[in-house]
Amino acid sequence: MARMTYLAAARAALAEEMRRDPLVWAVGEDLGRGGVFGQYAGLVEEFGPERISDAPISEAAILGASVGAALMGTRPVVEMRFSDFALCAVDELVNQAAKARFMFGGQGRVPLVVREPIGMWRSSAAQHSQSLEAWYAHIPGLVVACPATPADNKGLLKSAIRCDDPVVYMEHKNLWPLEGEVPEGEHLVPFGVARRVRAGGDVTIVSWSQQVHVCAEAAEALAGEGIGVDLIDLRTLWPWDRVMVLESAARTGRLLVCHEAVAVAGFGAEIAATVAEHTSAKVRRLGAPRAPVGYAPPVEDAVRVGAAAVAATARSMMGR
Amino acid sequence: MPPDQSSRNFDVSRLREQHRLMWRIRALEQAALRGLAEKVVLGAIHPSIGQEAVAAGVVGNLRRDDILLSTHRGHGHTLAKGADSEAMLRELLGRVGGTCGGKGGSMHIADFQVGMLGANGVVGANIVIAAGAAHAIKLRREDRVVCCIFGDGAINRGPFLEGLNWAAVFGLPVLFVCEDNGFAATTRTASMTAGAGPATRARAFGIVAEEVDGNDILAVDAAVQGLLAQVRGGGGPRFLHASTYRLTGHTGADAAPYRPAEEVAARRLEEPIGRAAELLRGAGVDAAALAADQAAAEAEIAAAYEAAFAAPYPEAAEAFRDVQDVGSPLQGAF
Ligand SMILES: Cc1ncc(C[n+]2csc(CCOP(=O)(O)OP(=O)(O)O)c2C)c(N)n1
Repeated sequence: MARMTYLAAARAALAEEMRRDPLVWAVGEDLGRGGVFGQYAGLVEEFGPERISDAPISEAAILGASVGAALMGTRPVVEMRFSDFALCAVDELVNQAAKARFMFGGQGRVPLVVREPIGMWRSSAAQHSQSLEAWYAHIPGLVVACPATPADNKGLLKSAIRCDDPVVYMEHKNLWPLEGEVPEGEHLVPFGVARRVRAGGDVTIVSWSQQVHVCAEAAEALAGEGIGVDLIDLRTLWPWDRVMVLESAARTGRLLVCHEAVAVAGFGAEIAATVAEHTSAKVRRLGAPRAPVGYAPPVEDAVRVGAAAVAATARSMMGR
Repeated sequence: MPPDQSSRNFDVSRLREQHRLMWRIRALEQAALRGLAEKVVLGAIHPSIGQEAVAAGVVGNLRRDDILLSTHRGHGHTLAKGADSEAMLRELLGRVGGTCGGKGGSMHIADFQVGMLGANGVVGANIVIAAGAAHAIKLRREDRVVCCIFGDGAINRGPFLEGLNWAAVFGLPVLFVCEDNGFAATTRTASMTAGAGPATRARAFGIVAEEVDGNDILAVDAAVQGLLAQVRGGGGPRFLHASTYRLTGHTGADAAPYRPAEEVAARRLEEPIGRAAELLRGAGVDAAALAADQAAAEAEIAAAYEAAFAAPYPEAAEAFRDVQDVGSPLQGAF
């Protein structure tokens, strides 16, 4: 174990995978200077500018070229800088990367990882704050990962790079400096296996990414009131760990799904519906109001799902 | 009328091969159109009838291990790259044994075994994918090249700018070919395209570009040989603008009422197979031999069509194969 940040854990994962497999390479704007958040710092010195490649501000080309390069047997790690900008490359991801294997009858694979940092981060306003994970969970062919901890940001990124499917890899910008214990060396977190953050018997709370930490804070407060929260960090949205969620919801009889993204048509709705179909648990979901993220702190905070709201919802589910 | 051909020097046997290939392409597309009329070919078909010299002249110059990216109008390119005509017709009919197992159809026809990495249903999307295929070739220090063919309409999409810039910046081994048939669906492309055309746009990126009469197989062949030699020599991307004319509608269902019949009739006189035949006749190849090329092509395609028609549809379970490994619908992860 080593203590490192969420950012450093991902950097270690990429470096390890690049040392292991010469076909892995990374491409995106500003990578030669470490990337916009420093996630690539020091890598060009070790791997050179061909494998830690700069790119023009051409999101469609960054992703589209990576599709071509992946079909040719290399394993690109694609940096989109902000998930918001990845919208300039939705055709390349949704129509090309996600479908090439199927529509060509299995003749090719598209083993690429597209890193799309998500989430609210210091007054970044409407075009640099979105959480768009549900968009990609909707698309057959894609894998969607949303790590919440440094350890997972290492283990999931390594799994993503080794995966033969296109993986949408959504790191939360606010988590970059978060420190935690990270296993050294070969640490692989499988897709579709959730993490039980804390065990409890009264309310199941399912979340992912930064919102897991908000829910953990709420769970701590609820514990003081005698409400036991079974808190599940989903880690990956596609595939998602239905077994753990259904078992927990059936046992506690109460499911609260909570995410930072807009609640309407969010992935929480999918989980809530699945639990409603398969258990008799009471189901609630919490997400952002359907409004863009504003710049000024009070405006930004108005669409944030805070720990107080999570705790209040859990209490009301308990009839308190 | 095309210029006088009598004074041109060419390799007769090479042109004869190209003549055969063009007939095979035309016969395949005529069969596809018949299949469409009989409701056996199910989806949209975009014929390249009248444009065969681009397929034969460009793709005919690629090695088997070179990579080709094509468009929705890609039957000719695919056949010229070496795909099997029966496997192609099985794909068009949506049958087992199609190049994509019947899961792609005309617009996604692909044959990775011969380096044909796919037609594309999204106009212009293949340009950035081709740049990436060439990027992988460069990363792996291989000596093959990529050829990317797109229509005149595609030059108004963002991936044209992004893909050409990318290939130029990284010095990638790719030949871009704009197959300009004058139309983007029902729209005359010139009416919606600013500036002096595709080659001028390419040159703005510092990419060497040539313009050629795309119905003149000798001219296409010569231009492509020259450009490909430069690409193979490590010179970075090259660009060819080949002007041709789409003799059919945009799709098999389009009667193209938006253009005068006289225009089509005039352009029909310049279609590439007839022009190649005229050159061959001038070089002493007799009419019977040229007719035999056509007959052989038609016989091959007729047999291929019959076999394709006799083949079964894929089983419904194919719907869930090759979606993805992780979270696959085969694992019940609906
Ligand atoms: C991005 C996109 N927009 C629109 C279409 C619909 N469409 C299919 S083919 C076509 C015309 C394309 O013209 P061009 O690129 O010149 O190729 P051509 O059909 O003439 O071979 C259009 C508009 C599409 N497939 N993709």
